[in-house]
Amino acid sequence: MAMALRKFGKDGISIWRRGFSTTAGLESSSSKDATPVNLFTAINQALHIALDSDPRSYVFGEDVSFGGVFRCTTGLAERFGRQRVFNTPLCEQGIAGFAIGLAALGNRAIAEIQFADYIFPAFDQLVNEAAKFRYRSGNEFNCGGLTIRSPYGAVGHGGHYHSQSPEAFFCHVPGLKVVIPRSPYQAKGLLLASIRDPNPVVFFEPKWLYRLAVEEVPDADYMLPLSQAEVIREGKDITLVGWGAQLSILEQACEDAEKEGISCELIDLRTLIPWDKETVEASVSKTGRLLVSHEAPVTGGFGAEISASIIERCFLRLEAPVARVCGLDTPFPLVYEPFYMPTKNKILDAIKSTVNY
Amino acid sequence: MAAALLRRASTSPSACLLRPLSGRLFSSSSDETVLSIETSVPFTGHKIEPPSRMVDTTPKELLSFFSDMALMRRMEIAADSLYKAKLIRGFCHLYDGQEAVAVGMEAAITKADGIITAYRDHCTFLGRGGNLVQAFSELMGRQAGCSNGKGGSMHFYKKDASFYGGHGIVGAQVPLGCGVAFAQKYNKEGAVTFALYGDGAANQGQLFEALNISALWDLPAILVCENNHYGMGTAEWRAAKSPAYYKRGDYVPGLKVDGMDALAVKQACKFAKEYALANGPIILEMDTYRYHGHSMSDPGSTYRTRDEISGVRQVSRERDPIERVRKLILAHDIAPASELKDIEKEVRKQVDDAIAQAKESPMPDASELFTNVYVKGYGAEVIYL
Repeated sequence: MAMALRKFGKDGISIWRRGFSTTAGLESSSSKDATPVNLFTAINQALHIALDSDPRSYVFGEDVSFGGVFRCTTGLAERFGRQRVFNTPLCEQGIAGFAIGLAALGNRAIAEIQFADYIFPAFDQLVNEAAKFRYRSGNEFNCGGLTIRSPYGAVGHGGHYHSQSPEAFFCHVPGLKVVIPRSPYQAKGLLLASIRDPNPVVFFEPKWLYRLAVEEVPDADYMLPLSQAEVIREGKDITLVGWGAQLSILEQACEDAEKEGISCELIDLRTLIPWDKETVEASVSKTGRLLVSHEAPVTGGFGAEISASIIERCFLRLEAPVARVCGLDTPFPLVYEPFYMPTKNKILDAIKSTVNY
Repeated sequence: MAAALLRRASTSPSACLLRPLSGRLFSSSSDETVLSIETSVPFTGHKIEPPSRMVDTTPKELLSFFSDMALMRRMEIAADSLYKAKLIRGFCHLYDGQEAVAVGMEAAITKADGIITAYRDHCTFLGRGGNLVQAFSELMGRQAGCSNGKGGSMHFYKKDASFYGGHGIVGAQVPLGCGVAFAQKYNKEGAVTFALYGDGAANQGQLFEALNISALWDLPAILVCENNHYGMGTAEWRAAKSPAYYKRGDYVPGLKVDGMDALAVKQACKFAKEYALANGPIILEMDTYRYHGHSMSDPGSTYRTRDEISGVRQVSRERDPIERVRKLILAHDIAPASELKDIEKEVRKQVDDAIAQAKESPMPDASELFTNVYVKGYGAEVIYL
């Protein structure tokens, strides 16, 4: 079967070889009504639209009713009522299990885990119940309407339990999807796509960017495709892959590398599983070098999967080993956060040593 | 009446905290007279006959309650200022208002008995014998901190005083506490463990798992719900079908205690320790209140009225733990009001000195980032990228 041609870049139109479960293949470009908003507002808009467009969708979690600790759920309870937007007690395992049950009966359950660091009591429910429901019932049941939203990542002073990036644990579970947006515009589209995707999705939101990132976001209802990576900067010497807040750090490193004559191609993975291997493979086939960067500790982080898969696909093309610039193999530290983090300079060093290999 | 020198250089925790004052005049009562004082409210029992409302205490004990609680209060207020000055970063959960629980508990137990709690642990640490310099250093992330600056506000520990910390994940400390109790029983130590948690944590599934196991194996575990009526911003009745936390053990007996009355706390903990050693787990619900919000990023006034907060504090309402003890001391002529004011001044000075000393302590060395991930020599090499 002939491979469909792909054009990269933000305005590119891509043709899928696989049928993706989301309905939107194209970004909404017709509406000129867009406002600059920050990340939590974009997410809030997405939730308003989700609840408005489907009367069987519900938002719940700890403290969501008054607007949430990051203000992502502002105005929902007032607009849609406390039957559809409500607080739960402090019980993550209960929240996840309850959400799976609700989704199993065809509802869209949008559950919030207040910090990704607290998701572990819910881990059993997500791995053993949510991910395997459709599979073990022979498609008789499913909890595709489930979306778990959770703030993740470093914030400068979060310490051990308000900074973790647990995405790798969930990427190891066939049956779940893991989606991580990098900006307000991406977040709204990806969240709506995740909510409407007929598979359970874990949606991690970079908490560092809740207020910090501001972007023009269309007021309308739009979705962005899942399982499609985006090339956000074209280059020819090395491919950099990341997701979430780390992309802004990677971008800075690209700028600095440019000044030293290194042309970097930057890819936002967006969906971590199932991930868009084709886009990354095509890029590395072009550049011959790969660097992956994420906040989570390097050993067993998702960068390891990307590295292994790309080496399988591009072995003869590679000019250098795949570099991973990630968090250190320690618990997320308290005062040492600046040392732990994969900073711009660490990335720049790795870019140079990879290019000069 | 002969003037008596008051000595507070005793084996109580305040020994580390206060230098002995001398030359004070007293109107009556020597240090060791036993006073029988009635608690503010009677205890309520669940599947158990509650202890008597009459609590035995001494002038010495009441004065130590006063000075210890004054120190704890002052430390928390100082921590508030340090946080706003950005010398403490990250998270800081203050205990002011709840001091009676820490102080009353210590009066009933020994350092062989274990205490484990959540993240509102600064005063519990002091109660267990920790000192101010260690506390402030840890808050500011310095080497002199009790966890070498690597834990921060939520992770104070003191092994030699059986203080098992200091935990960030809500409710996770309770099964740990029951495990400690198991070890104590297994090793025939004749000691108990108090596992403290809040009203928010009371709805965690792992609590009930730990409770069932403790009851099944008759462990000397005492589960203490410090019910300050708000789980972060959520009032107890919004989160719990049954906010009668002392009854939630069902087959495990429970006691409801006025957690703002240090004497009531002491009586309840003494009672609970005897019960637990003989029979197995028991739940204590401490009815208490925190003046600050959940943490430093919570003003604490969006989900409760300022009237409510001030109503609890006001002397006329008799709930503030320090004011209550002050009234008792004055009513029983144990010390004049000026003496108590002097103690408070002394306490302020001690806190200021400790902060100054803590500020001198350096930040941990960068190499400390990699230590204690595993036992030295038995873990993976950390590659510095």
